[in-house]
Amino acid sequence: MITLEKVSHEWSDFSLKNVSFNVAQGEYFVILGPTAAGKTLILETIAGFHIPRQGNILLNGKNVTHIPPEKRNIGFVYQDYSLFPHMSVEKNVAFGLKMRKVPKRDVEIKVQSIMDSIDISHLKDRFPSTLSGGEQQRVALARALVIDPDILLLDEPLSALDPRTQESLREELKRIHKVRGATTIHITHNQDEALALADRIGVMMNGEVIQVDTPYKVFNEPASEEMAAFVGVENVVEGKVVSSEDGVALVEIGNYDIRALSSLTEGEVNVFIRPENVVLSKVKLESSARNSISGKITRITQFGATFRIYMDNSLSALVTKQAIEELGLNVGLKVYASFKATAVHVIKRCDEDYV
Amino acid sequence: MSIRKILRGAKRQPVSLIFSFVGSILILFTILTLFNMIFRQIVLDPKSLLEAANDPTVIKSILLTLYASFLATLIAMILGTPLAYVLARHDFLGKSMVESIIDIPVIIPHSVAGIALYALFMRRSAVGEAFYNLGIIFEDSLWGIVVAMLFVSTPFYVNAAREGFQSINPRLERVARTLGASQWKAFYRITLPLAIRHLFSGAVMAWARGVSEFGAIMIIAFYPMIAPILIYYEFTTHGLKGSQPIAVLLILVCLGIFIVLRMSAKYWERRK
Repeated sequence: MITLEKVSHEWSDFSLKNVSFNVAQGEYFVILGPTAAGKTLILETIAGFHIPRQGNILLNGKNVTHIPPEKRNIGFVYQDYSLFPHMSVEKNVAFGLKMRKVPKRDVEIKVQSIMDSIDISHLKDRFPSTLSGGEQQRVALARALVIDPDILLLDEPLSALDPRTQESLREELKRIHKVRGATTIHITHNQDEALALADRIGVMMNGEVIQVDTPYKVFNEPASEEMAAFVGVENVVEGKVVSSEDGVALVEIGNYDIRALSSLTEGEVNVFIRPENVVLSKVKLESSARNSISGKITRITQFGATFRIYMDNSLSALVTKQAIEELGLNVGLKVYASFKATAVHVIKRCDEDYV
Repeated sequence: MSIRKILRGAKRQPVSLIFSFVGSILILFTILTLFNMIFRQIVLDPKSLLEAANDPTVIKSILLTLYASFLATLIAMILGTPLAYVLARHDFLGKSMVESIIDIPVIIPHSVAGIALYALFMRRSAVGEAFYNLGIIFEDSLWGIVVAMLFVSTPFYVNAAREGFQSINPRLERVARTLGASQWKAFYRITLPLAIRHLFSGAVMAWARGVSEFGAIMIIAFYPMIAPILIYYEFTTHGLKGSQPIAVLLILVCLGIFIVLRMSAKYWERRK
């Protein structure tokens, strides 16, 4: 669908080095990386604002490296929304169709239907400066989607929003992707966002894409130390919801179960537990609201001021130096990893398998 | 606001209060100078003001001034808008030099500008001759006036337009491109409408600057007489009595136009 082949380019303060990846038809691809990793530049290069010094960009098998942006049929959404301030919401959304010389009648129908589906019809006569961040981002999405783009490029689309709006727009993105099946490249520095949305994740650092994999693999088998430090703040385990009672789901994970606060009642899931929420002890902590999983310590690494303890039950915990000494933690020691059901984050896994 | 309130405020913000008093001296200086002349003319000698307003020579020279400056502004807009856009959007080698060159007309004395323009555009020079062959003469003609006005007013337009373009996020154009707009369309559907107020106020400033030019025009085109030159001529031959009515008339006309343009720009802004 879209392929980047060894794309390299230098700007005054950034560069892209040999960036290669492949995004399949209908896939939701997230590029995850810290700020200033050159993520926006990749999207802008795919959109055609920059011609790379080296390498090629293929769209549906066709080399588009030297084709101007207006001929690529790409939908672009910026973090700052970039709505046209001198046009009403309706005119903003209609812009792409007008540029394509779509007959007036069809423009009206298409604009109306996309505005209905993203729930912004009531805003159609308003101007961008009078809208909230979330509303503006919805308009920007509608404007990009109405032209039926071959690819949708999202540049940190949720980062400028408050947490609640972020949550609802994230669901919206998920829904839109499900309904329309648009091939999407979404860039972000937010791991939760990547985990919630991605079919596959490309991790980017210092202008290089260093790993492209499923969310599970990216978080559990990071390709380098540097990457582990960046993505390694979560425990991610694959599991399956087997039953549910009073909003507490029982998730089966290999040879143990986890109780988690979740509305899900069944299905394959990814389970996230922040290592700082995991408490280690030598005896099992009995409590109905608490999970207590036994495991053997396999590795201890320093992680900033704290230490990260890895266990053979694919969980890890962050502890202080003092705790290590008090508990006498050592590689090979058998411990219990305990955490509350409310500290577990469960996300439904996507069924399709790309790569 | 009562005096007591002001005094209480002054205790907390003595700097603002003192600065406000000192600052108002400059404003008073401007108002007093103009108002004194206008008041003396209208109240003490309205008859010669009316005479001036009925004198075809005076009317003709004022209209010529406004028209010539309008032409100069038009040329500045046609050539200056692309220049301003390039300066706002692109970095290139020697850009700061180009920006300095744009500002040169502001700092050189007007008589020097006049002499330089004369040397370039007189019929005996290569450039002047080339234009002469096209039927355009600069010495003592409308085009001499226009070229002098253009020279001095260009910085005002180009700088305002550049600031206008700079204030528009280039991402808007980029998004427009992805939506199918060519670079041309992105410019005139997105950037131009958003910058238009800056361009307009730059044009008003350039026009006003053109109207006020005297030194450079005197050297390249003493005739046909624009209003500032006519006023100077009257002053040297008939003194204050002969020149002041025309000066007041010119000021009233210019202020009137200036206020109308500013107000229409404001009105425009509010409607947005």
